[in-house]
Amino acid sequence: MSNLVIDDVSMRFDLPGGGAVQALKNVSLTLKQGELMSVLGPSGCGKTTLLNILAGFLAPTEGKIKLGDKRVTGPSPERGMVFQQGALFEWMSVRDNVGFGPSMKGMAQKQKREIVDHLLDVVGLSQFKEKAVYELSGGMQQRVALARCLANEPEVILMDEPLGALDALTREKMQGLVLKLWKETGKTVILITHSVEEALLLGERLIVMAPRPGRIHREYNLPFADMGVGRDLREVKKHEDFGKRREEILSMIWEMEEEIMGGAEQ
Amino acid sequence: MTPFLIADLWGELLAVLTTLFFALPYIAGYIAIILLTLLIWTGVKKVLRPVHDYTSLKTVTFGDESAVVSNSVASVVSVVLIFVFWAVFTGSSLLPSFLHAPGAFTGTGTFTYTVTTPDGRSDDAEVTVLVYPRDEEADAPDVDPGDGFAKNDSIAIAEYRSDLLRVDQNDEIGRDEDAVITAINGQEVAPGDTVRVDFGTVSLSGRGTPNISPSTGMQMEPIWLPSPEGVWSRLTEIATSGYRNSTLWEHLGYSLFRVIVGFTLGALVGIPLGYAMGLSDWFRGWFDPIVEFMRPVPPLALIPLVIIWAGIGEVGKIILLFLAALWIMAIGARSGVSGVKISKVHAAYSLGASKFQILRHVIIPNSLPEIFTAARVAMGVCWGTVVAAELVAAEKGAGMMIMVASKFQSTDIVIMGIILIGIIGFGIDMLMRAAERFLVPWKGKG
Ligand SMILES: Nc1ncnc2c1ncn2[C@@H]1O[C@H](COP(=O)(O)OP(=O)(O)OP(=O)(O)O)[C@@H](O)[C@H]1O
Ligand SMILES: [Mg+2]
Repeated sequence: MSNLVIDDVSMRFDLPGGGAVQALKNVSLTLKQGELMSVLGPSGCGKTTLLNILAGFLAPTEGKIKLGDKRVTGPSPERGMVFQQGALFEWMSVRDNVGFGPSMKGMAQKQKREIVDHLLDVVGLSQFKEKAVYELSGGMQQRVALARCLANEPEVILMDEPLGALDALTREKMQGLVLKLWKETGKTVILITHSVEEALLLGERLIVMAPRPGRIHREYNLPFADMGVGRDLREVKKHEDFGKRREEILSMIWEMEEEIMGGAEQ
Repeated sequence: MTPFLIADLWGELLAVLTTLFFALPYIAGYIAIILLTLLIWTGVKKVLRPVHDYTSLKTVTFGDESAVVSNSVASVVSVVLIFVFWAVFTGSSLLPSFLHAPGAFTGTGTFTYTVTTPDGRSDDAEVTVLVYPRDEEADAPDVDPGDGFAKNDSIAIAEYRSDLLRVDQNDEIGRDEDAVITAINGQEVAPGDTVRVDFGTVSLSGRGTPNISPSTGMQMEPIWLPSPEGVWSRLTEIATSGYRNSTLWEHLGYSLFRVIVGFTLGALVGIPLGYAMGLSDWFRGWFDPIVEFMRPVPPLALIPLVIIWAGIGEVGKIILLFLAALWIMAIGARSGVSGVKISKVHAAYSLGASKFQILRHVIIPNSLPEIFTAARVAMGVCWGTVVAAELVAAEKGAGMMIMVASKFQSTDIVIMGIILIGIIGFGIDMLMRAAERFLVPWKGKG
């Protein structure tokens, strides 16, 4: 069992003109293998910073990250990332994008082909294998990004607002897809989002972060992700508890945003 | 010093503005033609294809496809019109003669002058003027001297020229006896006056000698602007028999050879240099001052130094073009590398790519569009630089050809050369664009 352990992580950015931003302060959290966690929080509270630290793109100023008993010191294929947009390689076809990770490992052509074909089938893009990625719609591109991440068999999947740029309908379909893949593959997933509904739907666990310094404000354990697997997500949203939770979290974030605005006015 | 300089510059500025002012009616006329053809085309389109969809209702469009795509009909009309104007004002045989602007007078014309002596006698005589085409020879026609003390005269004048005629030289009583010309074609004149005659104008010089100026019409003299077919026939002539000991293809081939070799060397050095600068801060620090200093120096300003160092042979020119391409390619490659989105690099890292694999599969492909843009710019600059360098010193080449031709006032060769240089430059750019579309189709799609 490789749990993902965030152990008392703090992150300070020194600003060029002197001074510093405390982006994260004393964040601790343990994620069991196969858990699905969503992260909410007002803009600038350090969500992306936390994810970048988990991915190994940034080294925390204090504390450490461990996956299983290995300490995280840099990016590695066991922690895959799905970016909001613009991280596909537009000089490669859909097939080559999805097969990028296996290619880097030097996997045999035939085996790679099987993996790619299977994943493109899963995300429903079989007919677009040979297309250039810039010929696809935004939603299709996000599906390619997801497939590319999965092709590498990561233990942990990190997603930074992966569905932020999509229209409501595509977004809902993608949410269903994420749930399905999570259940089928049993991977640990962390998903940052700005949408409270999305966070409720796609989080067994949900953390709400607060800014200045960035920290975990509240944590919830939720039943909706399990309910939603293989079901119409709109049914889940109609659930009584769902509405309650949504209102509760919304007003909490509202308060935080207001504090930030008030702070900015001084 | 300075106040004079400012006054001088002010004067120059005024001269420029004055010229511009006189050009305004022509510019207005040209714009009127453009609008008129637009109106005609709109009418024609309505007749041909009377549609009333959304596009047909738009008049001016902002930001959508039709705002960036140009109307090819307008392009054709515009180019045709340039040739039409050219033909109209050069009396070209491409156009029927009734469309020509009035040409220079040729043939025979006459006018009469009246001489008055100090004692009040006066007499008329006729002057016969033969205006002959410039590329022919002619003698003054024989005329009957006539009666009276003033005798008839004749003169031969080449087209577009004017000439003074001492009409009194054959007269019985002339200027030496204080006889003066008092009228031309019956119209009273004094020294300094000008009289219109049916083939042009005649004016009296300060000392009373008629200056005969046959009408030059509104067409351009071939020495200023040869007709299109004149340029074309010069092209075929030079293409078959060459110019200055080299065929046309040799001249153009030499220019192209220099550009291709200079550009290739510049790219071969510049691209790795740009990559090194993009990837390593040490290289960036090392070359930044050099590149940033050399980039704003126009390659043309290096010509004198290159001639001093390397002479006027091929080596000097290729060094020059190498330098012209080098900085552009280095800067293009550098910004291609540093312009890579960090999320792409991060994505590649977390997909397990090594540093070298990222360079090979992410950095380099990501920089290709920028490198192609730089290559297009560099090719254009190289082509311009080679022509300019050949203008200064060369034994062969397109620039040398037109420079020598201009010394001999062979305007047709100059124009032919300019057109060929333009066509080749355009062709190079088209080729580069086609290569770009083919090799980096993802350009601008990231
Ligand atoms: N490279 C950096 N240098 C300096 N400050 C940074 C840097 N990256 C982030 N920050 C600061 O750290 C804080 C947290 O940023 P972060 O991007 O993690 O926020 P976020 O929660 O992802 O916000 P959003 O929801 O808008 O994406 C912000 O105040 C930001 O200004
Ligand atoms: Mg963010």
